Amino acid sequence: MLNGVAAGSGYALMGIAMVIIYKTSEVVNFAQGEMALASVFFTYLILQNYGIPFVYAMPLAALFAVFVGCVLEFAVLRRARRQTTLGMIIVTIGLEMILMGLVSWKFGADHKVMPFPITEFDSIWLGGFYVTTLEAVTFSVVWAVMLGLFVFYRYTRLGLIMKATQQNRSAAKLMGVRTNRVLMFTWGLSSLVGCIAGLLLAPRSMEPFMMWDPMLKGFAGAVVGGMTSIPGAVFGAYFIGVVENLFGRYASMEFKSAVAFALIVIVLCVKPSGIFSRHYVKKV
Amino acid sequence: MNASLELKDVQTGYGLIQAVRGASFAVRRGSVTALLGNNGAGKSTLLKTVMGLIPGQPQKGEILLDGERINGMDTESIVRLGVSYVPENRAVFHQLSVQDNLIMGAHVRKDRRALKTDLERIYEFFPILADRVNQPAGTLSGGEQQMLAISRAMMSRPRLLLLDEPSLGLSPFLVRKIFHIIRIIRNQGVTILLVEQNVRKALAIADYALVMESGRLVSAGPSTDLKNDPRIKDFYLGLNIRETQEPSC
Ligand SMILES: Nc1ncnc2c1ncn2[C@@H]1O[C@H](COP(=O)(O)OP(=O)(O)OP(=O)(O)O)[C@@H](O)[C@H]1O
Ligand SMILES: [Mg+2]
Repeated sequence: MLNGVAAGSGYALMGIAMVIIYKTSEVVNFAQGEMALASVFFTYLILQNYGIPFVYAMPLAALFAVFVGCVLEFAVLRRARRQTTLGMIIVTIGLEMILMGLVSWKFGADHKVMPFPITEFDSIWLGGFYVTTLEAVTFSVVWAVMLGLFVFYRYTRLGLIMKATQQNRSAAKLMGVRTNRVLMFTWGLSSLVGCIAGLLLAPRSMEPFMMWDPMLKGFAGAVVGGMTSIPGAVFGAYFIGVVENLFGRYASMEFKSAVAFALIVIVLCVKPSGIFSRHYVKKV
Repeated sequence: MNASLELKDVQTGYGLIQAVRGASFAVRRGSVTALLGNNGAGKSTLLKTVMGLIPGQPQKGEILLDGERINGMDTESIVRLGVSYVPENRAVFHQLSVQDNLIMGAHVRKDRRALKTDLERIYEFFPILADRVNQPAGTLSGGEQQMLAISRAMMSRPRLLLLDEPSLGLSPFLVRKIFHIIRIIRNQGVTILLVEQNVRKALAIADYALVMESGRLVSAGPSTDLKNDPRIKDFYLGLNIRETQEPSC
């Protein structure tokens, strides 16, 4: 159960990242995992090779992640915006492969050890049972990110502008909003959330394929949650994390991952718009 | 030059359909100018062209705002130059509250301190909106949405306001109220280009009037002249008769 919650936390962040982009641009971003991967390896590079202290490396990593998101939106997605949904999916899959290729080429495909102050093996005593420090940190960070995003969307001016742009892009333009910049920032923000997920997963296992599975599970969680709801994505991700862990323990380890996708199929059959979706009228 | 907006031989099309076939006119600064015409005449298309909302259009011609060329600019930039536009469909942000819609209207404003007094003035004027400050705009009635859309357009304190059929679908009481507001906005010094089907009311409020017919401007002049123009009379009277008959049906 606890393992499931821990795994779910990583999925949840990936799910949130994908929801942020989907809500604004209706793009399912399959490059999400590899954008995070790039940020993780950038962090590794500055920590390991340049010896930058951890406290400085974190803000640098965040900046890098935002930068990657903005650049991809500006350089690729903006050019492809006239594409169909299907075309957009191909574009993001293409990006995914390119980013993965770049990381493998630069760093090799072998496992690395992220030089973090916390390792997978530290643990803390939490009134009754031990949890690994990493799990505790991951769990807290997910909730902090969720709370942060809630406050951002609810109480800040930029949050309001992003919501307006999400709902009706041409109306936002009529208010004088530079919607292109908003979209670019959305990708930056989403990339940042993905980067946080990546950094929390890196101490467990760090190699070029590390983000693929969490991205798919996060996507699955987001779909279960309706794809446009951040709390929905978090719920969906934890749900998948817990179910696959229980399944892995008591039924079959081999099919552990497949359970996530079986779940998506079931949810989509029963409630096509996802569990948390409000009735959404598509605007033209 | 005292034209706020000037169009020179503007042509707009949708693919092969030519919707505006060469329109030239000027909207005098501080005036209310009514743009009249049958369904499908190209009035909405003209406003959208001015706002830069139709990609790649106008194909030909020039659009000048206070003497500066604005065609080819993107919508955001045109709005930032002080043009507000209320489209036919009102385009309120359905899931945002009434208040947030109004705040979005003030997006381009520099003096954000005056925002609060502007909001208060709007709530004073439209008590219905004041009652629904926190309600999502999508749950408002059509008329309420129209009031919100006009109020939101005013939050940017524009110099030029383009209104596309503001009285569409409103009860007689609200129509009177909307025209009253248009008068107040004009008295604040805002130039208004008003597309209307309610010809009588539009001519009553307008200083100038333009008439379009299948993509062409067929008449232009002071609204008092237009009322007596035989070419217009047909069109005008046509609507007039329908209006006077309405109560009996
Ligand atoms: N998106 C579009 N694609 C193709 N043709 C269009 C489009 N929008 C408008 N048209 C055509 O352009 C012409 C002018 O339309 P427009 O909406 O400007 O008329 P209008 O004068 O505003 O009419 P109404 O009074 O009914 O609102 C019409 O023949 C219409 O069919
Ligand atoms: Mg129209």
